[in-house]
Amino acid sequence: MYNSGKIIIGIIIFLVLATFPFWFNRGVAQAPPKLEVGTQEKQCVESTPFMKANHMKLLVDWRDYVVRDGKREYTSTTGKKFDMSLQNTCMKCHTQKTKFCDRCHDYVEVAPTCWDCHIAPVEPGQAQQAKALRSSN
Amino acid sequence: MDDARRRFLKIAGLSVLGLGIKPVTDAVATAGEVEITSSPNALKAKRWAMVVDIKKCLKAKKGCKECVIACNTTHNVPEFDNPKDEVKWIWLTSVKHAFPDQESQYAEGYYKDTLQDLPFVVLCNHCDNPPCVRVCPVQATFRRADGIVMMDYHRCIGCRFCMAACPFGARSLNWRDPRPFIKTPLNREYPTRSRGVVEKCTFCDERLAKGLQPACVAACKDKALVFGDVEDPNSEVRELLRKNPSIRRKPQLGTHPQVYYIL
Amino acid sequence: MLEKALTGSRSYKVWIVVLLAIVGIGFVNYLRQLDYGLGITGMSRDVSWGLYIGQFTFLVGVAASAVMLVLPYYLHNYKVFGKITILGEFLAVASVTMCLSFIIVDLGKPQRAFNVLLHPTPNSILFWDMVVLNGYLFLNIIIGWTLLGCERRGAPPPKWVKPLIYLSIPWAVSIHTVTAFLYAGLPGRGFWLTAIMAPRFLGSAFASGPSLLILFCLFLRKFTKFDAGWEAISSLAKIVTYAMLVSVFFFLCELFTVYYSQIPEHILHFNYLFQGLHGHSELTPWMWICIVLALVAVGLLINPKWRNNEKILPIACLCVFFSLWIEKGIALVLTGFIPSPLETITRYMPTPTELAITLGIWGLGFLVLSVLYKVALTVKEQTGDSASH
Repeated sequence: MYNSGKIIIGIIIFLVLATFPFWFNRGVAQAPPKLEVGTQEKQCVESTPFMKANHMKLLVDWRDYVVRDGKREYTSTTGKKFDMSLQNTCMKCHTQKTKFCDRCHDYVEVAPTCWDCHIAPVEPGQAQQAKALRSSN
Repeated sequence: MDDARRRFLKIAGLSVLGLGIKPVTDAVATAGEVEITSSPNALKAKRWAMVVDIKKCLKAKKGCKECVIACNTTHNVPEFDNPKDEVKWIWLTSVKHAFPDQESQYAEGYYKDTLQDLPFVVLCNHCDNPPCVRVCPVQATFRRADGIVMMDYHRCIGCRFCMAACPFGARSLNWRDPRPFIKTPLNREYPTRSRGVVEKCTFCDERLAKGLQPACVAACKDKALVFGDVEDPNSEVRELLRKNPSIRRKPQLGTHPQVYYIL
Repeated sequence: MLEKALTGSRSYKVWIVVLLAIVGIGFVNYLRQLDYGLGITGMSRDVSWGLYIGQFTFLVGVAASAVMLVLPYYLHNYKVFGKITILGEFLAVASVTMCLSFIIVDLGKPQRAFNVLLHPTPNSILFWDMVVLNGYLFLNIIIGWTLLGCERRGAPPPKWVKPLIYLSIPWAVSIHTVTAFLYAGLPGRGFWLTAIMAPRFLGSAFASGPSLLILFCLFLRKFTKFDAGWEAISSLAKIVTYAMLVSVFFFLCELFTVYYSQIPEHILHFNYLFQGLHGHSELTPWMWICIVLALVAVGLLINPKWRNNEKILPIACLCVFFSLWIEKGIALVLTGFIPSPLETITRYMPTPTELAITLGIWGLGFLVLSVLYKVALTVKEQTGDSASH
């Protein structure tokens, strides 16, 4: 092999850089965020463990049923009926997006694009921001 | 592919029934099947259509545009000062632009006195044979069984092939972030759109699902806009089409528009 | 083999740095467009495609032109083209790269581009265009690279390349046919609604691409050790001549139908092009330049004496190239939208950002082309295939 010395050094540097986040954070546990559900309701559309694990899939399914099939009513395993709507069902209970959705999404570092279009509820202390959205032109 | 993905809910239903998530097993006793339905009070039709009775729309000459305002307010349609970025779902134009192939140099009387300067209501025609649907590379726009030409804003890639294909100029791209330009009070029950997708009138599918007439129809106090099932011989739209001669925009293109105009 | 592109003369290096700078400026401007939205361009609700899609359409033609070298060489055993088929194939690679880049920068939601694969839609011509363009790109990369590698080692080409080469011939025709179908099947766009669109596209493609190849061959002959041989250049010039004549003939056929039938939906667009409409005549000077260039080109090419003159041929080729660039790259797309189906006229003027992005992609194309040509010519120099026969 030509230049084997240089190549091996290069591979080592690459490996060190690529694994940097793992050994840099080794042994440090990031505390999971505290979520404020923001509602008195006992249960979500489905059970809490199910929602924790699957809410994103459920929402994608809802989206497709509503937009593509024109079906809007969801009868959950609990027998309760819901309007399949992020804005008009989910966020009516989870009224504090910043303390619920955002905290966890930030923690696991995902950036769902839902809010590019769907309007988040106005949270206490956020009224001004909402106004800004209305009149920033 | 959609079916495959949407099978998730059924599988998920099973997992809730105890296949995997332990704490849920307590709920098994009461757990039922997941069901997806349309709501019982939704309006249904074989073929939705609209009739625009221009004889009742004469207030437009005096600046009435209740239908446009109602639509913009309901759907958070932005209003740009500059025509380049414009987004329109329903709008007023002159008869010359609504029916460019109907012009006559010597038209007088009713045409000249009444129609010539009258702002004409135009919107997506929800064609039976929609060219926009034919060209869309991702099925982001599609024709529902009830004839509504729908938009899936989650899927649109913004290629604007549909805008080139539509012979009625009914489609608008969001050339930039629309939110700062929503000038009607924000409707918190309805989403906005994001930069880069194409949008248009959907015959208020979200209102029909709740048993309501389209916003523009509900807003017109003179009943110039009538909406209904054109396949139902007893519907109001069919009654109007029976009693009045009507025309459609550019019928020669074979798109079969479902907005009828009574002059 | 790619390492051969890393070394070179001073002027080669300067050229690469200049191209990189142009690409960089384009990229920075593209980031601005991503941030603001397509509203940063001159496009509008009425004129919803502009310079990007125009360049895309023109460059599909340049890409398709590789077939004009491959076909005589492989189907008719025309040995003279043997040395330069690689130039045609690599030109196709560079052109398709530009085509795909222009499509991507034209998307409102580029991050969703893969939806075209996630939701394949056979009734959409754009879906098929994606299929044929990517297919053509891979065909030419694989064929060109394999053959060049064999040439370097002095080995005969592997058996499996032959079928790919034969496949690339109809494939080249397909890319421009499908691209023409993007336009020719839309109701309510009278300017594009014509069955001769695909033949017209092919005619102009086989003039614009080979004329560019002639210019490259003449350039390389003068400034490098690579000599394509006058016979090859002269044969290419013949191809350009016939293709240009066919192209002009097809255009005149179009004009006859439109102006003799006098149907407003068709004639208004042509009036806008040639004389302006309701005081709007942004494209009129362009169109007349296009016509003059086409006539000059035909005049110079049709006479064999001038065509075979090393001083006159490049002028004729430049005329062909720029005439067809105006016709496909500017006039064809924009005029389809003016007047709109509601007979309104909206002015379109590309913005500086749009121009910078467009230039950046052209820079990218030339960068890919320069690197590939550098590799090919270095290999040929080493195997002694660069000197004149």
